[in-house]
Amino acid sequence: MTKFEILGKNDTRSGFGVGLLEAGQQNPNVVALCADLIGSLKMDAFIKEFPERFFQVGIAEANMMGIAAGLTIGGKIPFTGTFANFSTGRVYDQIRQSIAYSGKNVKICASHAGVTLGEDGATHQILEDIGMMKMLPGMTVINPCDYNQTRQATVAIAKYEGPVYLRFGRPKVPIFIKEDMPFVIGKALKLVEGSDVSIFATGHLVWEAVLAEEILREKGISAEIINIHTIKPLDEKAILDSVAKTGCAVSAEEHQMNGGLGDSIAQTLATHNPLPQEYVAVKDSFGESGVPEQLMEKYGLNAAHIVEAALKAIDRKRKK
Amino acid sequence: MAEKKSVAELKAIASQVRRDIVRMVHSCQSGHPGGSLGCTDFFVALYFHEMNHDPKFNMDAKGEDLFFLSNGHISPVFYSVLAHSGYFPVKELATFRKINSRLQGHPATHEHLPGIRIASGSLGQGLSVAIGAAEAKRLNKDDSYVYVLMGDGEQQEGQVWEAAMYAPNHKLDHLIATIDWNGQQIDGPTAKINDLRDLRAKYEAFGWEVIESNGNDMAGILAALQKAKSLAGKGKPIMNLMKTEMGAGVDFMMGSHKWHGVAPNDEQLAEALGQLEETLGDY
Repeated sequence: MTKFEILGKNDTRSGFGVGLLEAGQQNPNVVALCADLIGSLKMDAFIKEFPERFFQVGIAEANMMGIAAGLTIGGKIPFTGTFANFSTGRVYDQIRQSIAYSGKNVKICASHAGVTLGEDGATHQILEDIGMMKMLPGMTVINPCDYNQTRQATVAIAKYEGPVYLRFGRPKVPIFIKEDMPFVIGKALKLVEGSDVSIFATGHLVWEAVLAEEILREKGISAEIINIHTIKPLDEKAILDSVAKTGCAVSAEEHQMNGGLGDSIAQTLATHNPLPQEYVAVKDSFGESGVPEQLMEKYGLNAAHIVEAALKAIDRKRKK
Repeated sequence: MAEKKSVAELKAIASQVRRDIVRMVHSCQSGHPGGSLGCTDFFVALYFHEMNHDPKFNMDAKGEDLFFLSNGHISPVFYSVLAHSGYFPVKELATFRKINSRLQGHPATHEHLPGIRIASGSLGQGLSVAIGAAEAKRLNKDDSYVYVLMGDGEQQEGQVWEAAMYAPNHKLDHLIATIDWNGQQIDGPTAKINDLRDLRAKYEAFGWEVIESNGNDMAGILAALQKAKSLAGKGKPIMNLMKTEMGAGVDFMMGSHKWHGVAPNDEQLAEALGQLEETLGDY
């Protein structure tokens, strides 16, 4: 048995949709923009309730980022919605100059991140977005793990002043974060206590880490599972406290190995407490078409790969 | 809000602003004097006559007109006009492009320089930002104007046309855009680099109300901006195609792209200052 009960199944983007509506109800300054992907981003409910606070920009993402930056001048809190690929790589310079460097309170909300976008293939499966966004000074980067946490994160970022990148996905995945569990930006969430290895997971890989914990437990290994929903600012204390106990780490993310959560953790370990770390991430390749489960297996992103990485990390620790 | 100046007073301010520009770029031996000089009269007309604005500076600018500079490389003219308007001390112009200055090479909000509301320099982004600010004003039921200035070479950026398509479709009719139509860009005349062709026809086809003006004639600029305001509120954004002379006011800097991004040496500075009357006192 996993340590978490499956409460249901839904896509994280639907969590964004309900969170956006909730944020809009809480604060009249919350506005939303979309670049011709309303249905995919689940923005319909917000648009229905607040039609005058929604801006359909059409297929013009660069313009959308600039308009969002401008809307903050006048006190608005804009949420932009499009696929993760078009939310980052396509508009990097617009975000860099008009949003990040200008310190604008824009919430960049990005769906269909990673290989689990599935059949559309590598043109749309961005695996570099966390890296690009976390490199921008002042940018907060959040990758929630299920429907409930995505809803919580969406509501939370509306109350936070500053630019945020919120990354979520397309497929229906287990809901296991209870609604009353805390969500604090920048604060890691410990899901399972353990003593042999620390598994730091973000996004869709958090559920895989929960599954991996069960497999490891059956092998007599005690894994600590920590949900790093906020990649930047990174909860370094939670990471260092955990590895001080376990002595080794695994990072797990649906992202390139280069520049993702794993590199942020490696930086923390290297500068504070160098210990063995294994990466569960995409190893410098593009994705491809397929169904999400197949792609997660092929690109090394599921529970079995987390188990393998954990065993390797423990082995390295013992050989030290 | 400052009282409106006469044409003669505006011309006197413009002369001082031009002195500031050449002195600033000379002092740091970098920057963009050509476009700054060409747009000086326009900036002076906006900040000392047309715009309702408060130098006490509130980022949100509720109830105030807004101006965005999209072609951020002409920062010297922007900084000089902001300083003389009272946004920050005129003596701070001496720090332009130097270490630990709020007067970055291209305008930035990062150092909290009063009067700057968005970073610009990477071209093509200002019209989008101005559209966002205009949308916010409409939501706030604030019928002030939003002005934006772009370069003509900047029209080669694709994002400009994304924004150009949006504004008329969303009936942003308190948006007054101006293009500094000097026909020059870094590598040469725009007509040779990547011809803009018929800008009027392009913007009209996108749904803008288009006017043309002479950006180096103070009375002409005031008339054009009055015309633009008279066309506002009628369902269309307004595009002011403003002919200017790069380097205007300094004879050896005019008529070519060569002074787009080059600073004068000591002799050239002296020659330029000899052509520009000191009216408000040098910083």
